Amino acid sequence: MLAVLKREFRAYFQSPLGYVFVAAVYFFAGYYFFTYNLYGNTTNMTRLFELLFPVILFLVPVLTMRLMSEDKRLKTDQLLLTAPVSRLSIVLGKYAAAVAVYLIAISATMLEAVVMALFAAPHWPMILGNFIGLFLLGATLIAICMLLSALTESQVVAAVAGFVVSLFLMLIDALALVVNSRFLQALFRNLSFNDRYRPFTLGILELPHIVFFLSISGLFVLLTVAILDRERWG
Amino acid sequence: MIHVQGLTKRYGDKLALDDVSFDVQAGEILGLLGLNGAGKSTTMNILTGYIGATSGTVTVDGHDISQEPIEAKRAIGYLPEQLAFYGDMRVREYLDFVCDLKGVKTGRSEHLSSLCEHVGIAHMTHRLIRNLSRGYRQRLGFAQALVGDPKVVILDEPTTGLDPSQVVEIRKLVRNLGKTSTVIISSHILSEIQAICTRVVVLHQGRVLADDTPENLSRSAQSPQHLVARIQGQPERVQAALNRVAGIAHVTVLAQREPGAYDYAIDTARPDIRVDVFRALARADLPLLSMHSGETSLEQVFLRLVTGQVPPPTETV
Repeated sequence: MLAVLKREFRAYFQSPLGYVFVAAVYFFAGYYFFTYNLYGNTTNMTRLFELLFPVILFLVPVLTMRLMSEDKRLKTDQLLLTAPVSRLSIVLGKYAAAVAVYLIAISATMLEAVVMALFAAPHWPMILGNFIGLFLLGATLIAICMLLSALTESQVVAAVAGFVVSLFLMLIDALALVVNSRFLQALFRNLSFNDRYRPFTLGILELPHIVFFLSISGLFVLLTVAILDRERWG
Repeated sequence: MIHVQGLTKRYGDKLALDDVSFDVQAGEILGLLGLNGAGKSTTMNILTGYIGATSGTVTVDGHDISQEPIEAKRAIGYLPEQLAFYGDMRVREYLDFVCDLKGVKTGRSEHLSSLCEHVGIAHMTHRLIRNLSRGYRQRLGFAQALVGDPKVVILDEPTTGLDPSQVVEIRKLVRNLGKTSTVIISSHILSEIQAICTRVVVLHQGRVLADDTPENLSRSAQSPQHLVARIQGQPERVQAALNRVAGIAHVTVLAQREPGAYDYAIDTARPDIRVDVFRALARADLPLLSMHSGETSLEQVFLRLVTGQVPPPTETV
């Protein structure tokens, strides 16, 4: 798993992709930091983390689009799949590499908190809660988009499918308001990433939400392994 | 070392492998011979655990490839037909990655240095893989397959697309490899298999047609009852002269190859009548420019193995 992690992580920074992703997140985090914290004269980062929700939703598909699809298109998966490593550790290695790049990108927010700490006293536990929320959100989206990438040989298709999922996750709140069926309402509410993410931005760590994000991540990592297995027998 | 039993692979309706069984003993160099699409690559992909079989079992070094894939794969080094590389990695970096994957830890740098030396890429270790030529990529593929000194080395058409001097080098590498490992090599070139292998399995349309030593195989393939001769002179005179030789069943004019000289395919009823042919032509004052046993191509081997009949020789020399 470590071998795959190391290679994938390096690959992110051997192409522009890793830099572009990190730069984009830094740009938005910096912009919101300027408008809400510096200009608004507050150490409360709630607004910033709230606004990063759509940013992450739309940038993660770009981060993950080549994760599985490229190997399949170039047939470089032949080396991985005939090496004495399990499919689970291949998938986990790739997943961990994307999560590591994501962590570097969202470290922007921590940097900003440190900058604030030089001039004022931010409420650290709350910022930490914010950060954990943002991390869980990204890690879950990466797992979902990784599965999409495993389903196709085309990076573009993987990215577009990722955008569709992201859009759906944004619309699901509105959908919950307009459907009649009680069951569907409850289903959409419970699936809403926004509803589950918002408490984190207020600094509230709720166990169900943490479990929700972790279990969705785990589910999609395992589904990706299942896709690799299915192809083997197809 | 390798035990293949009743291997069958279906792609939808298409039957790619049909009940393929063979064994490979330790230290053998086994050739998988077959035309394109005969199932060579499919067999190798199943042996290495890249794809699964529809039914049948493969055991490598005592481990079933589908039950204990990691243990089985640890014994295998694999060079696929079209090995894809990560182009943005450097040669050394790539081999390090392969070491990581295969869990080679101790003595890695010596191992890799001697490996690079062995396959002749020692001076290329800092090049980007995408800038390597076809020949060097193939060597890198070899190095990759040999990382960790696997007990079994599986090579899928390792000489395709290489120039003749590289082909000779690769053959030498394979022969050396046979001294320390069990090797399976696939090819559609009969002479290549003959030059390297100690045993040959012939695949045709997903089935095993023959499993024999290369000597026996080529003996059965070569037919002494066909001659191809190039004779100067009028075809009518040549035909008349040849028809006087006892034992010639049939003479066919193939084509004009040189000014005034034609190639003839001669079917004979008894073995080796070359001396008689020569004398008959000399008597008729028809210069015999060349004569050889009918070239048996791989296609003919297959036809022979399938139908049990001798097909007419091809006119290529």
